[in-house]
Amino acid sequence: MIPLSHYVMLSAIVFTTGLVGVLIRRNIIIILLSVELMLNATNINFVAFSYYFHNLAGQVFVFFALTVAAAEVAVGLAIIIALYRSRSSINVDDFQLLKW
Amino acid sequence: MAQLFFYYFAAVIIVTAVLVVALRNPIYSALSLLIMFFHVAGLYVTLHAEFLAAVQIIVYAGAILVLYLFVVMLLNVKREDRYHSQSPVGAFLGLCIVTEIVLLAFQPGFSSVPAIIPPPTPAPFAGGISSQQGMTETTSGNTETIGELLYSTYLFPFEVASLILLVAMIGAIILAKRDLGQGAPSEP
Repeated sequence: MIPLSHYVMLSAIVFTTGLVGVLIRRNIIIILLSVELMLNATNINFVAFSYYFHNLAGQVFVFFALTVAAAEVAVGLAIIIALYRSRSSINVDDFQLLKW
Repeated sequence: MAQLFFYYFAAVIIVTAVLVVALRNPIYSALSLLIMFFHVAGLYVTLHAEFLAAVQIIVYAGAILVLYLFVVMLLNVKREDRYHSQSPVGAFLGLCIVTEIVLLAFQPGFSSVPAIIPPPTPAPFAGGISSQQGMTETTSGNTETIGELLYSTYLFPFEVASLILLVAMIGAIILAKRDLGQGAPSEP
């Protein structure tokens, strides 16, 4: 039987990969993909704990996280399209209107 | 056998997650994220969450990732995409967090969580939100129990989730609409 800590470590590694991706990439689409990575890491954690504690509430929360992820992708991609239309770029270094 | 499956899925998930961040072409990143979603679904199946595995494939791989690929191909970015100038700081920060969490997970108090709590004693875990319905009896299927839970205990969050989807749909249409207000600035 796999101990629970292995699932937690897998989730932590995936989450940190997503975090580093948000920090170091310039392409705004890759940044949104990294956010998806982080959401999936939390989902792995939820399902693992739900299995090990025999409580289905974790799986229900994964369901809600999935809903929020879908909403986030729809709105985020619409924002990216609007930004690309006004700046014709998807590089985050070009969107400095709100800086300082 | 279960260990073999877990380590296979975990290895593929980690490798494809790193590839999502490291690859230069956004289409390749999205495709490796697709492989990761499928393996996360496999991991859900080994954790007896078959409904979530199906939903993961249908929603994530079927809807969300196709949306990503549409946008990547719609924008048609040909520019060279390099890493941010703060990439060493970000990588160092990520390394610090990973070592911290791994050290925390290897502590004796953490890994002594019992490998599996025996299912026929649902009473000691009654402290959660769903004391009666949340305990799964694996006699009925996974999908039935989740549906029952979703429509009884979590009915209000379920309705709020549908409202979130509606707001996201309207917001996406409003944001991506071309001529709203005074017209489109700088037509390409």
